[in-house]
Amino acid sequence: MKQIENVSRRGFLKKLGISSTALVLGVQLPSMLTIPKALAGVAGTEKFAPNVYVQIGADNIVSIVVHRSEMGQGIRTSIPMIVADELGADWQKIAVVQGLGDKKYGSQNTDGSRSVRRFYQPLREAGASARMMLQQAAANQWQVDVNETSAVNNTIVHEKTGRALSFGSLVTAASMLTLPETSSLKLKAKADFNFIGKSDVALVDGEKIVTGATTYGFDVELDNMQYAVVARPPVLGAKVKSFDAEAAKAIAGVIAVVQLPDLTEPVVFKPLGGVAVIAKNTWAAIKGREALAIQWHESKHQSYNSDEYKKALAKSCDEPAKILRTKGDVSKALSEAKQVLNASYYVPELIHVPMEPPAAAAHFHDGVFDIWACTQTPQSAQASVAQSTGVAVEDVHINVTLLGGGFGRKSKPDFVVEAAILSKQLNVPIKVMWTREDEIQNGFYHAVSYQKLAAGLDSSGSVIAWQHHVAEPPIGSTFSKGADLIATEANLGLIDMPFDIANVSCAAGKAPAHTRIGWMRSVTNINHAFAIGSFVDEIAHAKGLDSKDHLLSMLGKDRKIDFSLENAEYGNYGETLEKFPVDTARMKAVIEKVSAMAKWGRKLPKGHGLGIAMHRSFVSYVACIVEVSENSDGKISVDDVWMAVDCGLAVNPERIRSQMEGAAIFALSYSFYSELTAKNGVIEQNNFDNYQIARFADAPTTHVEIIDSDAPPGGVGEPGVPPIAPAICNAIFNATGKRYRELPLKQYGIV
Amino acid sequence: MITLTINGKAHQFNDDGDMPLLWALRDILKYTGTKYGCGKGLCGACTVHVDGQPIRACITPVSAVAKQKITTIEGLSKQGEHVVQQAWQALNVAQCGYCQSGQIMSAVALLERNAKPNDQDIELAMSGNICRCGTYQRIKQAIHHAADLATEVKGS
Repeated sequence: MKQIENVSRRGFLKKLGISSTALVLGVQLPSMLTIPKALAGVAGTEKFAPNVYVQIGADNIVSIVVHRSEMGQGIRTSIPMIVADELGADWQKIAVVQGLGDKKYGSQNTDGSRSVRRFYQPLREAGASARMMLQQAAANQWQVDVNETSAVNNTIVHEKTGRALSFGSLVTAASMLTLPETSSLKLKAKADFNFIGKSDVALVDGEKIVTGATTYGFDVELDNMQYAVVARPPVLGAKVKSFDAEAAKAIAGVIAVVQLPDLTEPVVFKPLGGVAVIAKNTWAAIKGREALAIQWHESKHQSYNSDEYKKALAKSCDEPAKILRTKGDVSKALSEAKQVLNASYYVPELIHVPMEPPAAAAHFHDGVFDIWACTQTPQSAQASVAQSTGVAVEDVHINVTLLGGGFGRKSKPDFVVEAAILSKQLNVPIKVMWTREDEIQNGFYHAVSYQKLAAGLDSSGSVIAWQHHVAEPPIGSTFSKGADLIATEANLGLIDMPFDIANVSCAAGKAPAHTRIGWMRSVTNINHAFAIGSFVDEIAHAKGLDSKDHLLSMLGKDRKIDFSLENAEYGNYGETLEKFPVDTARMKAVIEKVSAMAKWGRKLPKGHGLGIAMHRSFVSYVACIVEVSENSDGKISVDDVWMAVDCGLAVNPERIRSQMEGAAIFALSYSFYSELTAKNGVIEQNNFDNYQIARFADAPTTHVEIIDSDAPPGGVGEPGVPPIAPAICNAIFNATGKRYRELPLKQYGIV
Repeated sequence: MITLTINGKAHQFNDDGDMPLLWALRDILKYTGTKYGCGKGLCGACTVHVDGQPIRACITPVSAVAKQKITTIEGLSKQGEHVVQQAWQALNVAQCGYCQSGQIMSAVALLERNAKPNDQDIELAMSGNICRCGTYQRIKQAIHHAADLATEVKGS
């Protein structure tokens, strides 16, 4: 039987090889609790509460714990780069260890584009304090001033005398020293970085990926493990009426049929209910599920029909129930305007479709759970399993596998709970796998949205009024039954509209949810940036101005915007405006940069068009220009995409570029193809043939440049997504004269 | 009893002959490098070679490939030394990596029948493989790079 790499808590520590000859360090964050006992005993620093461990063994191997989930963003490479740089480590001597789910690490929620944003400084400090202790240990041995030593390639050197000691040989002595105070840490200067900001670091998992040797959630194999699929309600909240367990059990290989508890709203991260079929292999489980002949009770959510729902959203936009930002008097300004422009935008319900659907393997034994899952949030998985099964949180061990894509779906651990419930009930290790149909039809969806915008122009053509009304079912409905008004979604590209306009109003109408609403890569920035980025371009054309020049002029003077002065509660992605300002100068800089890259203003062949858009999200700034062309059949292709990104200091430029390339494709998918529709509460799409995403021939050439910056690192995984769709539609307008305000574009027959 | 020859090794398979090769590989024989993505032959994550031809293991019954030569990602080079694996690593193609087994198997099959594919050849050969992370651009570069590497290897 194949052995999986990650092991449970006890095994984890054993694997780390904690011993008296190991130096273990932690980083203190204010929100953290205590160090695990086994480690505390070694470090002797119980007051320290790490979120990242650096362990250096006598064998000269530097083990770095990555406590965030790897889902393609490259965090298993970027975290070690940060730590190793400050430490002065030899990249060839680094072992990357995936951290278990444990609140002792601080937040492990790998979402919101914040792994580097939140942990850059603590990770540097972890590396620096380890390095300084090793330096001190060497200085003591040599009887020299510690300032005469330095760390290079896992070695402390004394340049004056040419003496050198390996990290490994200093472990015992360094372990006796007290940890330096944070205030005394000497961090490297940017010019001295060996890894941070460099593009030549190979992916930590690169070789394993190309040899098929990695372990994703779907790949976990345990001794005596059985395979399960679950028949879940086709309509949210529908309870099981009847099913034929015997027919399922008659399928060769089927071992058990288990009815799961019915769901009660709010859904939170609870399983949806339904009936599980457990078998000796996946194929038997799938065939068994087909034989169940399940009947379902009715659910109130079967009233959900996409066509009617769209009309209701449009109406709701006209009846705003919550004002989110007000500056000046928009109504008055619109009534006095020389010209008023109106436009409505629609983005359908969407789903993540990571190439690996959700999967989790659970083994309940001796009162504890050992669980392996492709989760973005091991701690909420832990808490959810504990809550659903009555097992204490500390007895739920969540091993994080690699994730075959996440995009927000795997932040919701319902699938982990399913595996736990089944393993506890059947007393065998169980792997629950979601098929593609399950993933599409029972997801946590990106909310469908309708938006109505109005702009008032005075006699000189200046925009004096901006009104933006939205209706979209809220993520809050997942956590609070019946919630029908957006909350934090407003922070994502709606109330932070940056144009310099005297009268502004942003408001939301009610929108009851009929499916589970979740967050998907860049979340409601998708809708809001599409509407704002398209509408500002429409205004430019109405005024007969160049799109780029107009965009720059709309941003006004260089300034840092405080939306609280305009009656808006702006969250700024959990960051302060002092550290991460909303800076129009940086917005203009990415626009200028991308314009130079794409040679904006150049003469284009017939049927070609350029489109531009800029959006700030997750405290980073991305401007993009898209070139499209129309062929003789009237079909549009996206040929090139240029992206300029200012994400503050670029820790791993190579992965920043890859994230931008991927973001362009992600956005191209929903711009061109992706759409979910509901009929009587049932999602009508179920696989890649009817829920399409971009394929090879759709892919443009994407050119990425990163603004050189010393600002604190911002988000990277999501900010590339929002500006792409408006840039595509703006480009199509320039190529064809046709303005498209509803996605996906396939409905118009142009792709 | 069905004999499955995988990466040169013979395995006896005693289960349902209708079982798709994907689940036989993964669940029964523990070759987990071949991935599930759709179960309908729509995404290419499960691509393996049968007698050198790329096929979708998720829709190919075990009974259809008895006695044929099956090659999975594990059968290319365990050390990642195949030119395609080398090119993938050199260009840091992978993001999450999940679809890359299938992408690589499709790319290897392409290069075996067309040593110097152009962009259109690549788009056609790779059209059945989806990557949600959006690595298509690098895959294309990597296939060209692998073609160059193969030429160098032959020439040296």
